[in-house]
Amino acid sequence: MASEQLEEYLESILDIEEKHGIARTSAIAKCVKVAPASVTEALQVLSDKGFVKYEPYKGATLTEQGREMARKVKRRHRLLEVFLTDVLHITRDNVHDEACKMEHSLSDETECALCKLLKAPARCPHGSLIEACDRKVESCSACLDAGQAPPASARNEPLLPVTSLAPGQKGTIAFIRGDNGVVQRLTDLGLTLKTEVQLVRKAPLLGPVEIAVRKTKLAIDHAIADHIFVTPSGEKSR
Amino acid sequence: MNGCEDCSGCDLLHLPVDAKAEYVVALAGNANVGKSATFNQLTGVDQDIGNWPGKTVERAEALLQHRGRRIRVIDLPGIYSINALSTEEQVSREFIAHDHPDVVVNVLDASALERNLFFTLQLTELESPLVIALNQVDLAAKKGIVLDAGKLSALIGVPVIPTVAIQGKGIAELSDAIVTATCSRPRPKTIRYGKEVEDRIARIQALLPEGSGGYPARWTAIKLLEGDPDTVWEVRQHSPGVAAAALESGRELEKIHGEPAATVMSAERYHAAEELAASVMEIRPLGDNEVSLTEKVDRVALHPVFGYLLLAATLGGLLVWTFVIGAWISGVLTEFLSGIAPVEPLITGTLPEIIFNGAWTGFVAALTLIVPYVIPFYLVLALIEDSGFLTRFSLMLDKGMHRMGLHGKAIIPLVLGFGCTVPACLSCRIIEAPKQKLIAAFLVTLIPCSARTIVILGVVAVFVNIWWALALYLLVFVLIVVLGRLAFRLLPGESVGMIMEMPDYHVPHLKGVIGQTWQRTRSLIGIVLPAYILGSIVITAAYAVGLLEPINAALYPITVILLGLPAVIGVVFIFGVIRKEMTILALAAILGTTVFSDVLTPIQIIVFGLVTLLYAPCISTILALAKEFGWKAALSITALETSLAIALGALVFHLVGPFL
Repeated sequence: MASEQLEEYLESILDIEEKHGIARTSAIAKCVKVAPASVTEALQVLSDKGFVKYEPYKGATLTEQGREMARKVKRRHRLLEVFLTDVLHITRDNVHDEACKMEHSLSDETECALCKLLKAPARCPHGSLIEACDRKVESCSACLDAGQAPPASARNEPLLPVTSLAPGQKGTIAFIRGDNGVVQRLTDLGLTLKTEVQLVRKAPLLGPVEIAVRKTKLAIDHAIADHIFVTPSGEKSR
Repeated sequence: MNGCEDCSGCDLLHLPVDAKAEYVVALAGNANVGKSATFNQLTGVDQDIGNWPGKTVERAEALLQHRGRRIRVIDLPGIYSINALSTEEQVSREFIAHDHPDVVVNVLDASALERNLFFTLQLTELESPLVIALNQVDLAAKKGIVLDAGKLSALIGVPVIPTVAIQGKGIAELSDAIVTATCSRPRPKTIRYGKEVEDRIARIQALLPEGSGGYPARWTAIKLLEGDPDTVWEVRQHSPGVAAAALESGRELEKIHGEPAATVMSAERYHAAEELAASVMEIRPLGDNEVSLTEKVDRVALHPVFGYLLLAATLGGLLVWTFVIGAWISGVLTEFLSGIAPVEPLITGTLPEIIFNGAWTGFVAALTLIVPYVIPFYLVLALIEDSGFLTRFSLMLDKGMHRMGLHGKAIIPLVLGFGCTVPACLSCRIIEAPKQKLIAAFLVTLIPCSARTIVILGVVAVFVNIWWALALYLLVFVLIVVLGRLAFRLLPGESVGMIMEMPDYHVPHLKGVIGQTWQRTRSLIGIVLPAYILGSIVITAAYAVGLLEPINAALYPITVILLGLPAVIGVVFIFGVIRKEMTILALAAILGTTVFSDVLTPIQIIVFGLVTLLYAPCISTILALAKEFGWKAALSITALETSLAIALGALVFHLVGPFL
């Protein structure tokens, strides 16, 4: 299977999994627009390569390796969408399909340059969150400040935006995206790197999130909180 | 100010007494830690207090006389960091850094020590003579946090006094400590940060010439390292080499950490604060069933469904409560007062008769119209503020406010605007971005304040019907949303999102709530009652002499042709600019009756109500706007609202009138 196709499958499974928990063959077929029989075949291949866990008649879930890959492609997809919309002014209706074709041939270097050019955007034009990159940085100024080469080493743990934590779940701040102003504002309120935070609750419809940090509670605009990435700690204290 | 050169020591009982000397003490600390409560206890005055961050937007001052010393105590707005962003925070920053108070009393919230100590560390960098008030130790204990004040004092090197300001606990000790500190000037110890940072601070400090800029050398060095533009500019004036070297050190830090130097410094301070807090704090783990009151209430108040229901019920209930309770008190008062002397606004007669009639009419109008509606409103408002619910409204409505380019914090001035527009405009300072601050203030001026509510209730609801009064309200809310969106689109500048602390709830303090209500009502009675009496006399007299004709004639095209109102009403709107309540009084005086439906048709009453709601803000508001945003903005808002009022009034008169 071509790597393009493989990546498309992984992306679709990630989407479906986020909504329904497990990606059923029929749902994948609808999403990738192929016959269910071909999906079964493809899932077998993905399973052999260690990207998904496939259980016939039930569906597929991503393995850690598969999830990482899927997230990486998703990030590129959404970065490209921002680029197509904001820089090239392509019509909103076309950017998804365009980005779908371009995302598979993007190198790490180009992805990084694109992120720099767009000043580390938080969301794609359709409003979906853009994942943090997998470079070993603690804030964006490592890349955005002129004259500094971004570190080449990769991060070894998966990061989640604090807004993706479940209510009651804790995490440790690992990366804050955005310009110096945002970082300074959050830092002054105690949201410094390596600090443990807990998501208390989320307001509906992407309203502000309430975060407990250093024994205080802060209500933070969803779009700002999207900039705070954490390494989630497994247990949910409730 | 400093009379201590020949001081033999700072024994509290043998302080050198200098009756003339006056010391300046500033209360500073994070938002909503109890600075104003401490201030009130220290000085015995009634500064407004409330349970939301940003209550104090301007410094207040009062005198503390203790052990023969006169001390000017200054209550500063809450501040999280010296690198402050919002106007209210800058007020504090300027005062501490530039005015050099004799003593800074740093009020800390004992239950959130780490975050509070972050600011304390910045104060130690400034080397301000410091006294620490460890406030809300009772709440901390409830959360299972026990603090060792003695140890904290030893670590920072300044007195630390545990207090519960709202109950007055520890205030005597704090007063003693302040008085002693005016003499001993306790200098905080230098808190050391990590080696990477300290090496660079020392290097820069060594380069700095003696006593430059009036700040401690260590402070200047840290600010240079952080690349603070003001400090860099200042140092560059006299020693450009030092500034360049400092910036280079900053860049080194940035290389090591991959973060701006200012962020690195903040992280260092938090690290130091963490260590300080951990070494003086003992935490008793809370049992599983010890869910805090705040958490329990928030499960309802911030619930996606019940939360909004509660919000709607509270705001709706606030208005209904005002109407119902207000109408009842008003009825009782009117009956009582009309038993004493009849109200006949216009009687031509001798001068004393005119004056007596004017004064009596004004007095009755003020007492029956203003007081009954305002007191119940302020009572409930104080409850909402003191309990901590106001901040929850901010959180719940944040998303909706985005549509007007605002964020949840703007809810606070908007809710306060239902009381009086002037303090509501000032409280817009809690909003950081200039554009959002201006939009919020503009919308606040449109919110029907208690004065305008009285006009709508007393004129439209009584003489047309309650539904028309509500419809006018609804129209104003729609206008607020539409104009908010327009302003968001048209004004330049960027909008930033909300970051706001959610304080714990507490059961409102009865004394506090009543005190606050009285405070607000008293100022109203103090201004409105005399204004009403005076205004009433002026109108009655002017009418008797025939002075009103030219004004009415000049306004004829607007009042009569566009709005379809009687010509005599022209002068009423002029009085309304002084205070909006004046319109109702002037109307009664000029029409010669308080039964408006005898002389005005329903459509005329509705148009009158609508125009009064929208046209020019009152003089106090215009002044407040000019002070905050400049005359251009103040006059633009006035002009815009006046033309809007005329246009909408004309529209209603010509379109709705024929059907009524």
